[in-house]
Amino acid sequence: MEHTPPPFFKRGPAPLVRLFFFASLSLALLVLDARFRYADGLRNSLALVAYPLQRAATAPIDFFGAMGSYLSTQVQLAEDNAALRAKTLTLAQNAQRYEAAEAETAQLRRLIGATEKIAVKATPAEVLYAGRDPFSHKVFINLGAHQGVKPGSPVTDEVGLVGQVTRVHPLISEVTLLTDRDLAIPVQVVRTGLRAVAFGAGASGMLELRLMAANAEIQNGDRLVTSGIDGTYPAGLPVATVVRIERDAEHSFARVVSKPAGGVDRGRYLLILSDESARPPRPEGAEQGKDRRTDKARRARTKDKGKDGDGSQ
Amino acid sequence: MALSSSEHILRPARVSTIVLSLALALFLNFLPWQDLRLAPDFVALVLTFWCVRQPRLVGLGVAWSVGLLVDAGNGVLLGQHALAYSLLAFLSIWLSRRILWFGPILQALHVAIILAAAQTLVLVVRIAAGDAFPGWAMYISPAAGALLWPMASWLLLMPQRRLEKEQTI
Repeated sequence: MEHTPPPFFKRGPAPLVRLFFFASLSLALLVLDARFRYADGLRNSLALVAYPLQRAATAPIDFFGAMGSYLSTQVQLAEDNAALRAKTLTLAQNAQRYEAAEAETAQLRRLIGATEKIAVKATPAEVLYAGRDPFSHKVFINLGAHQGVKPGSPVTDEVGLVGQVTRVHPLISEVTLLTDRDLAIPVQVVRTGLRAVAFGAGASGMLELRLMAANAEIQNGDRLVTSGIDGTYPAGLPVATVVRIERDAEHSFARVVSKPAGGVDRGRYLLILSDESARPPRPEGAEQGKDRRTDKARRARTKDKGKDGDGSQ
Repeated sequence: MALSSSEHILRPARVSTIVLSLALALFLNFLPWQDLRLAPDFVALVLTFWCVRQPRLVGLGVAWSVGLLVDAGNGVLLGQHALAYSLLAFLSIWLSRRILWFGPILQALHVAIILAAAQTLVLVVRIAAGDAFPGWAMYISPAAGALLWPMASWLLLMPQRRLEKEQTI
């Protein structure tokens, strides 16, 4: 049945040739993006093209939300008002005590000659939609470079840490959630002051403390907060609560699983934290390591993979 | 081109219809789905449809560009969907003559295989880039897409159908 078509039926290169062409083009892009992050300019302009569609997709939900609030009854509003007023009262009391404590801390810090703590600015943002990618845990928020969002800023909700801004487009930004496998957060156990690094555990929606010695002093119900020693997250933000510890004599490390405190997979409103003041410059030696920081997660992961492989054998 | 008995000669497809349907599919993809692994990939479905029906208008170039748009919009690795949709377009064009012989159910079976192949390519790319396997639930998405195929192809053919009166003339 094979006929060679007459020349006037020619339709350009054969489909297989085209497939090879586009496949190699995609592979080149993939490598550029994954290994070298060269494709960010292209990504930004493409994201801007997709932006109207994304806004349109979330518009019906906004609309129904607005309709719902418009139709909410007088009684409900009065109830809400009363509840909120009571909450404000208790919060105001807490705030007063907090102010007093802050003043006291500042004074004590001055006494011992430590640097004063940096005031942190919080910008409210709204989640537009979750990233359509089963491999990672990301959400997109409605503020971008135009509103002054900077990559690397921590993101919280009213309870605790939620994630970190990882990519900033002109009008929206991408927030990687705590539970993503690529995110690592330096934490501290409130009860003992023990420092650790929490990694996202992926699909389970939990956090994992890696490289904890098997005899580390940690127990179920321990609260974890940011330690603030990395200069990215302000100290003392609630991160998670320990829910399970597996100590196995075979391994020298304990497996510590904890549940995020903040609403990682729920809630629509988030706060982007940013400190205005300039940080002290990094020491000379650390500057070189800065490039490698992006590889940190990957290296940790390969290490982890190796460990898993050993476990299965 | 095979014409089943119930199918009349269709009007030629308009480029505006194709562009609009792709935009609508992108819009459906960007809806905030509860579980992404269960939501069908509407863009892949619409691309398959046009590659099967209009291989001369919609080919690998279109598929690749739309894939890039999906990648950027979702903040995933730039090129993973471009690669997957290129393969999808190739398979659809290659199988287009064959697929059109069958009824809606058997067509959907072919489409399921094409969508699953594209999903597998995404999986391979992500695992090569160092991500963990997200579970077999991710193959529910192509299955759901294939289930939607009969309805989707009926809807997408609507603008091309002639009115009854025109046919009698």
